[in-house]
Amino acid sequence: MSVDDRFTKENLQPRPDAPLGTRNEIVTGPVSDWADDFSHLEPEWAADPYRIQDDLRERCPIAHTGRFGGGWLPTRYEDVAAVAYDTEAFSSRSIIMGNFRPPREAAPIGGSPPISSDPPFHHDARRLLLPAFTKRAVSRREEATRAYCHALIDAFEGRREVDAAGEYAQHIPVRVIADMLGFPLEDGPRFRAFIENSLEGVNRPPEQRRAGMELLFDYLIAQVRDHVERPRDDLTTYLIEAELHGQKLTPQHVAGTMALLLIAGVDTTWSAIGASLWHLATNPADRERLVAEPGLLPTAMEEFLRAYAPVTMARLVKHDMQWRGVPMKQEDWVLLSFPAANRDPAQFERAGEVLIDREVNRHVAFGLGIHRCVGSHLARMELRVALEVWLERLPRFTLADPDAVTWSAGQVRGPRALPLLLS
Amino acid sequence: MNVRIDPERCQGHGRCYDLAPALFGEDEEGYGQVAGDGAVPPGRLDDARRAAANCPERAIALEV
Repeated sequence: MSVDDRFTKENLQPRPDAPLGTRNEIVTGPVSDWADDFSHLEPEWAADPYRIQDDLRERCPIAHTGRFGGGWLPTRYEDVAAVAYDTEAFSSRSIIMGNFRPPREAAPIGGSPPISSDPPFHHDARRLLLPAFTKRAVSRREEATRAYCHALIDAFEGRREVDAAGEYAQHIPVRVIADMLGFPLEDGPRFRAFIENSLEGVNRPPEQRRAGMELLFDYLIAQVRDHVERPRDDLTTYLIEAELHGQKLTPQHVAGTMALLLIAGVDTTWSAIGASLWHLATNPADRERLVAEPGLLPTAMEEFLRAYAPVTMARLVKHDMQWRGVPMKQEDWVLLSFPAANRDPAQFERAGEVLIDREVNRHVAFGLGIHRCVGSHLARMELRVALEVWLERLPRFTLADPDAVTWSAGQVRGPRALPLLLS
Repeated sequence: MNVRIDPERCQGHGRCYDLAPALFGEDEEGYGQVAGDGAVPPGRLDDARRAAANCPERAIALEV
């Protein structure tokens, strides 16, 4: 057997003659008009994106911005769905709307397959991951996840106030994904910095963004090399061994997919758990009802996912076109707001209200079409277990200080500080 | 009543086998599969309707 020498620094560096991608001027500061200057990275959006998007849906409904080199924000369910389904007109080459566009040659694979991939490559790259993320496969992690949630709450012993975002919600997906990838469990806190740089640091200077990405990839490559030397029964070894079209994956593919699994599964699930606990802390009738009727939790959870959908995606326009009344230009961004779609009154009755017994709930928190979140079954398991354990152990809680609650800006929304009073 | 999944539309969200596990299952990649021949027993009509109404991709057809 030959030595697997794919994962050298040299192999992973971009070639000197590789196309570079494009950067635009970074524009920050207060938004003048949300219909023509929107930014999902400003504090007003982080504080309450729903009011902004509800307003745009009524008067626009597709907003524009000149920031980020130009982009669009559809706010109606039917427009969001149309973009998600149209992989001919909209590329996933980059799915984080920012000030950098990867070179067009990056398609159809992109930097973190399969989320960054377009057809036809996308299909086979996605198939590699699906078996590890089925409902049946993730159910094998439920017992360990439950024990971990209990351990986190055990550590609250004797305290009256805890940060449910930083001391509970955050830890759960970090632990689960570190375990699935076979990374040292004590490295959890480092993941937080990687994730923050990727998702919230979008408007930082390019050198700082690049340095953050380099730290992430150096970490991943160290983990890959360790697994090449000592193969284990985990996702990292699986990706190292996996074959696509009769060949081992490129080192860029392995590292990109690992970055995706590490980043996409953590902020998102953390946000969903935190937003659900925030809702229950601020709506005592819903909290009391769920404590009394634990069987309602799966239904309530879907409503939390609808109303507080953590994830917004992005696409790049492939060709100039008039699209549903707006002049889209090649390389414009489209911010694909699943949260906006989920609150469209044309799709949902009483769309602005949270009804924890909503029976018909065709929400799109996990996306639509070929890019449906690969980790949705894992996320649902983590969210259900996290809420079950919390409500069982700590049935009475309120916000310690509403002004101390902070929400993340950008494409993943959830509480980043959530101080709760336990009683 | 019969249930049917359109495999072109199904993306493996799994709402059907979450909500109506007697009528639907998952394949090895998580896509929905109709149990048996898709015939819905009289006691499961509501389950079938709930599964169809909650499919984000509108991939489930109910045939009377």
